[in-house]
Amino acid sequence: MPGVEGFIYPNELGLQWSVLIVLYPFLTGLVAGAFILASLERVFNVAAVRPTYRLALLTALAFLLVAPLPLQMHLGHPERSFEMYLTPHRESAMAMFGFVYLWYLMAVLVLEIWFDYRKDLVLTARASTGLRRTLYRALTLWSDDISEPALKLDDRVGRFITIIGIPSAFLLHGYVGFIFGSIKANPWWSTPLMPVVFLFSAIVSGIAAVLLLYMVLSKIRRVEIDMACVDTVARYLMYAFIIDFSLEMLDLIHRLYEADESLHALDFMVKTRLFVSQIVLQIGLGTLLPIALLGLTQLVRLGANVRKVIYAVAGSLTLVGIFAMRWNVVIGGQLFSKSFLGYTTYKMEFATREGLLPAILIMLLPFVILAVLLRVLPPWSEAHEGVG
Amino acid sequence: MDDARRSFLLNTGKFIVLTGAASLAWEYVVQGAPADAPNYTATDHWWGMLIDIDKCIGCGNCVRACKAENDVLNEPGAFRTWVERYQVDPDDPEHPVVDSPNGGYDGFPPPARAIEGAKVFFVPKMCNHCAHSPCVQVCPVGATFESPDGVVLVDKTRCLGCRYCVQACPYGCRYIDPRTHTVDKCSLCYHRITKGLTTACCEACPTGARQLFDLKNPKDPVHEFLRTHRVHVLKPQLATGAKAFYNGLDGAVR
Amino acid sequence: MANRFGHYTHIVRMAGLFAAGLIVFLFIRWALIPADFGVYGFYRAGALDDARARPASYVGESTCLDCHGQIGDERQGSKHAQVHCEACHGPLARHASGDFEVKPRALNPRTLCLTCHTAMPGKPKDFPQIDPADHGGDGACTECHKPHHPTID
Repeated sequence: MPGVEGFIYPNELGLQWSVLIVLYPFLTGLVAGAFILASLERVFNVAAVRPTYRLALLTALAFLLVAPLPLQMHLGHPERSFEMYLTPHRESAMAMFGFVYLWYLMAVLVLEIWFDYRKDLVLTARASTGLRRTLYRALTLWSDDISEPALKLDDRVGRFITIIGIPSAFLLHGYVGFIFGSIKANPWWSTPLMPVVFLFSAIVSGIAAVLLLYMVLSKIRRVEIDMACVDTVARYLMYAFIIDFSLEMLDLIHRLYEADESLHALDFMVKTRLFVSQIVLQIGLGTLLPIALLGLTQLVRLGANVRKVIYAVAGSLTLVGIFAMRWNVVIGGQLFSKSFLGYTTYKMEFATREGLLPAILIMLLPFVILAVLLRVLPPWSEAHEGVG
Repeated sequence: MDDARRSFLLNTGKFIVLTGAASLAWEYVVQGAPADAPNYTATDHWWGMLIDIDKCIGCGNCVRACKAENDVLNEPGAFRTWVERYQVDPDDPEHPVVDSPNGGYDGFPPPARAIEGAKVFFVPKMCNHCAHSPCVQVCPVGATFESPDGVVLVDKTRCLGCRYCVQACPYGCRYIDPRTHTVDKCSLCYHRITKGLTTACCEACPTGARQLFDLKNPKDPVHEFLRTHRVHVLKPQLATGAKAFYNGLDGAVR
Repeated sequence: MANRFGHYTHIVRMAGLFAAGLIVFLFIRWALIPADFGVYGFYRAGALDDARARPASYVGESTCLDCHGQIGDERQGSKHAQVHCEACHGPLARHASGDFEVKPRALNPRTLCLTCHTAMPGKPKDFPQIDPADHGGDGACTECHKPHHPTID
C-alpha cells in the first residue's frame, strides 16, 4: 500500500485527526498566551507592558472566536456538536470543551474587555450620532455612568475577573494537553507532562504573537515602538521559553532513558517522517535559535533597531516552532501504528473540508476579526498610551 | 483419584479461572444493572469471544461473513474484524513480520516476504469489548457505551464523528464509516446474540477458532475451557478488561 | 431602574443578561435531551433497541437442519461435522424464512475448498492441506470427496 511501511492495523490506513486539529491547540494556545501577557500588567503590575494590554485582550478574543471553527469543520456531524452541552460525558476531557470555552469567552474575556473599555465606549457613544451611536449605546448596555465611583468599581471587578481568568486560561488550554496526555493507547501522547508542555508552549506563542502584532501595528500607525515595553515582553518570552524547552527535554530524556517497547518505533518515526518538522523546525529554528537570539539581547548591550529586528525574527520563528510542535504532537502521534511495527503517511489535501486551504483561511480569519475589533474598540487612545 | 489430589485440582482450577484474563471480567459479572426487554434480559448475560490461535487457518471466512452480515463497506480501512498473519523468527522474536492483505478478506496468499525457519500463525482480531473500555471513557457525548450485557456499542444517532474513540482504542478496531460519518466497529452481532444466534464470524468459522461465550451462563463450555487452557488478552498492561480471550497467543503478537 | 442600583446599574444589567442566557440554555437542555438518556448508563437506552433491530443475514445451522436434516445425518462423524452450513453456502436467512426464490449460490469447489485446504505456512500441522498442483490434477475436488462427508473410506 502506498505510504505504508511495515505493518499497520488495517483500520489505521488514514489519519483520523488532520491539520485542522493541529490548528485548534495552536489557536487556543495563542488565546491563553495573550491573556497571560495581559494579566502580567493587570494582576502582577508589570507596568512596562501596559501598551500591549488591550491589544493582548483583543488578540485573545479574535483567536478565541475562530477556535471552534476547525473543530466544526472536522466533525463528521457538526450539527450534533451541541450535544456536548446536552449530555457531556464527565469522564471525557473533550466534553469539557463546550463549557470551558463558553466560560472563558463570556465570563472572562468578554467581561474583562467590557469592564476595561466601558468608559471609552460611553465617551464614544456620547460623541456619535445615528447608527454608530446606537451600536455603542448597546455595547454599554445603555449605561451612561462613568463617574469616579463607577470607574473604581469597574477597575475592581476587572481585576477580579483577571485573577479568575488566569486559571481559566490554564484550563482552556491545559485540557487540550490532557486530551492527548491521557490516551494510554498512544505512547507518543501519553505523559502527565503533556498539559504542562502545552500550556507553556501556549504562553510562549501568545507572548510572541502579541509582541509581533504590537510592533507591526506601531509601524502601521507610524507610532514609536515603546522599547521598555517590548524589552520586557521579550524578556518574559525568554523566561517562558526556557521553562517550555526544559519540560520538552525532560519528556525526551525520560523517554530515551526508560526505553520502553514504543521507543524504537517512535525513534524511527522522528528520524524519518518527523525529521524536518521536529528536529529542524520545532527544536532548531523554533526553539534554540529564538532562545539564543533573545539571550543575546540580555547579555550584550545592543541598539534599539538591532533589538527590534531580533525581536521580530525571534517572534516569527517562535510562532513557526510552536505550530511545528502542535503538528508533531497531533500528526506525529498518528504516523506510527499502535502495533509499533509500521508507519503510515499523512496525505494532506488542498481544497477539501479538512485540507490545507481551509487551514490557511482559518489562520487568516482571526486577523480579519482583529482588524474589525481594532476599529470598534481602539486599544490606544492618548489617555492610555504609555501610561504605567 | 484420591481426595487430596481432587481438591488440589479443584483449587488450582478455581485459581486458573479467577486469575489472568477471566478475573477482571468476573468482577463485572457479579455487578448488576436494571433489567431489560421482556424476552431477553441483558443482565443475565456477559458476552465475550474465545479465539483459538491453534485452530485458525486464515481462511478469511469470518471477515467475509462479518462484512456481509453487518453491511460493512468493502474498502481498505473499514474492518470490524480482520486476520493477521505472523511470521516469528525464533532468533528474533521482537521483530515479527506481520501482514494482513485486505484484512484477510480474500484469505492469505503465500507471504510476500517469507522468513526461513519462522513460526507462522494467524491471529483474528476484533473489538475486545473491554469491560473497562478506554473508548467509552473518552466519548464526549455518550455515543459509545457498554451495554448491561458487556457489549460495547455505538449510538449512530448521537455520534459526532470526532474520532476521539478511534484514537483511544489500543487495538485499532474502530474506524469512520464514510457513509454515515460516524464511527463503526464490531457490535458482537448484538442483533444476533440477543436472539439466541451466534455471531456471524463464529457461524462462518469452519474450524471453531472463534467461539462466542457467555460468562453468566453456567452451561457455557467456556468455563471448562478456561479451567483447562491458558488464555491471554491483547495488551494486558493497559488494563482494558478486554473480553476477547486468546488461546495459544504468542508473545510476539501486538 | 436607573437610580435604584446607583453606580452598580451597569453591573446589574450585565448580570441580568447572563442570567437570561442561563435560563434559555437550561430550557434548551430540558427540551433537547432524549428522555431515555441515562436509564442504564451514560447513553440513550434506545440505542440498545437500535442495535438489536438489524435483520440477520446468516440464519444459523440449527435452522438449516430443521428442513435439511438428512445433511446432518450425512455429516455424522465426518471431518466436516463441525463446519456450519452457511460457512460454505453463504448467508441464507432469507431462504430459511420461506423466500425460496433465494437459492444458495452454486459453489465452485476449486475456489471454495481450496480457500481452506491449500497448504500454507501458518495452518496447524494436523489440518488437512494439499498443494493443488500435486493433488487431483485439474479436476473438481468433489469428483473424489463428498463435501458433507469428505473422508474417502
